[in-house]
Amino acid sequence: MADATPKGVLTTPLFKNNPIALQVLGICSALAVTTSMSVSLVMSLAVIFVTAFSNLFVSLIRHHIPSSIRIIVQMTIIASLVIVVDQILKAYAYEMSKQLSVFVGLIITNCIVMGRAEGFAMQNSPKLSFLDGIGNGLGYGFILMTVGFFRELFGSGSVFGFTVLETVQNGGWYVPNGLLLLPPSAFFIIGLIIWVLRSLNPEQVEENEFKIKANSEPKEAV
Amino acid sequence: MAQSNNSIKKILTVAFALCIVCSVIVSTAAVALRSKQQFNQELDRKTNILNVADLYESGMDVNETFESSITPRVVNLETGEYSEEHDPATYNAFEARRDPAASRTLSGEQDPAGLTRVETYSTVYLVGDPDDPEQIILPIRGQGLWGLMRGFLAVEGDGNTIVGITYYEHAETPGLGGEVNNPRWQAQWAGKEIFGSEDALAPAIHLTKGGASGENEVDALSGATLTSNGVTNMLQFWLSPEGFGDYLAKFRTGVSQDEAQGADVELEAEGA
Repeated sequence: MADATPKGVLTTPLFKNNPIALQVLGICSALAVTTSMSVSLVMSLAVIFVTAFSNLFVSLIRHHIPSSIRIIVQMTIIASLVIVVDQILKAYAYEMSKQLSVFVGLIITNCIVMGRAEGFAMQNSPKLSFLDGIGNGLGYGFILMTVGFFRELFGSGSVFGFTVLETVQNGGWYVPNGLLLLPPSAFFIIGLIIWVLRSLNPEQVEENEFKIKANSEPKEAV
Repeated sequence: MAQSNNSIKKILTVAFALCIVCSVIVSTAAVALRSKQQFNQELDRKTNILNVADLYESGMDVNETFESSITPRVVNLETGEYSEEHDPATYNAFEARRDPAASRTLSGEQDPAGLTRVETYSTVYLVGDPDDPEQIILPIRGQGLWGLMRGFLAVEGDGNTIVGITYYEHAETPGLGGEVNNPRWQAQWAGKEIFGSEDALAPAIHLTKGGASGENEVDALSGATLTSNGVTNMLQFWLSPEGFGDYLAKFRTGVSQDEAQGADVELEAEGA
């Protein structure tokens, strides 16, 4: 991590080292909040805010955090930030906070936030950590928006709430795909995104840990 | 430095300082934003009530319209009479149903909507003249597929004809059960009748599959049988003498309140 540059920490988490697609962190909330794009957007902004500031604060006090209680210190900072975000949403974006319900609170348990605080902010300067938080939040947000786009378009026939495909329930022609409104569908879409990203960046493909031996001929086996 | 950082004194100092700082930040945010949050909750509730009464237009001053056209009253569910001891502005039915003195338990067949406990007093909202209302707005709730659904039902002044229904809180599957909030589905409710005949005490209104035909039938939600059952069951409960039946009898012509009081009717629970 000695070669971390401000530009690098901001952009690599987008595609090269995406927290969801490569590190496979923060999957739960990606399943839960992506039924519509506007909800995904607010969730992404909330996560960007929390990751950036938790990284900043952890990095600011990193020389004073006793290693024996460092996880609980990070957790306290993250939890406080999440509560503040939740309170602000309830006050200024009430409709949105109703839709996000418990998932804002669950940002506390989002592995990305904790992972960056422990893995990056504990060793780097506040400025770099802050940018790293924004970068990872953006990487998370990018996947969320992509998944949200497909789920909302094919599940409810709209994008950001504007009708694109008129659904049968509203007197149109499009029969919405019910599966896309259910959480498991996000697994399929995230899987496809991972496939695309790894085809574009073959170096992301891990070596097989095991190699299955070629089948032996029946004669040899006996 | 690692040595001094891990001394017990340092650990306690860091932990203590962090707790103080974080709690100050969190409580400041909570206290500073509380009035704004309560205002939002109030506004949301009032918007929903105006919505179900068909009085809502986007961009209107919700608070002002609410004050001028709607009167909340507290009703005793057992007798159907207005209660004078509870102030509608402060009475909280949500708290009352957790208080054993202000609520009663339901079990078995009495409880098609899966409520377990129901409050003795409930708040209704009257549109127009409180003594001869144009509309009566009743709070309803009951189990859907995934959880409790809470909403309002608006009934005309005759205590029988439905104006509209809306849910302000539910956890049904988006696109299937979540269609309870689809305006096209809600539009079907206008003009439907709760009771099958003038002197009936058991509500007849229910959802039905494959095309609603009668005055007491509304199309079920496609692909959401359990949510539809939930809607039927909660209407069966809240409109029966167990719920607002006694109160509605005040407004109806065919039945008297005395008849309704304590009447034992069989509820048409579905899938229970």
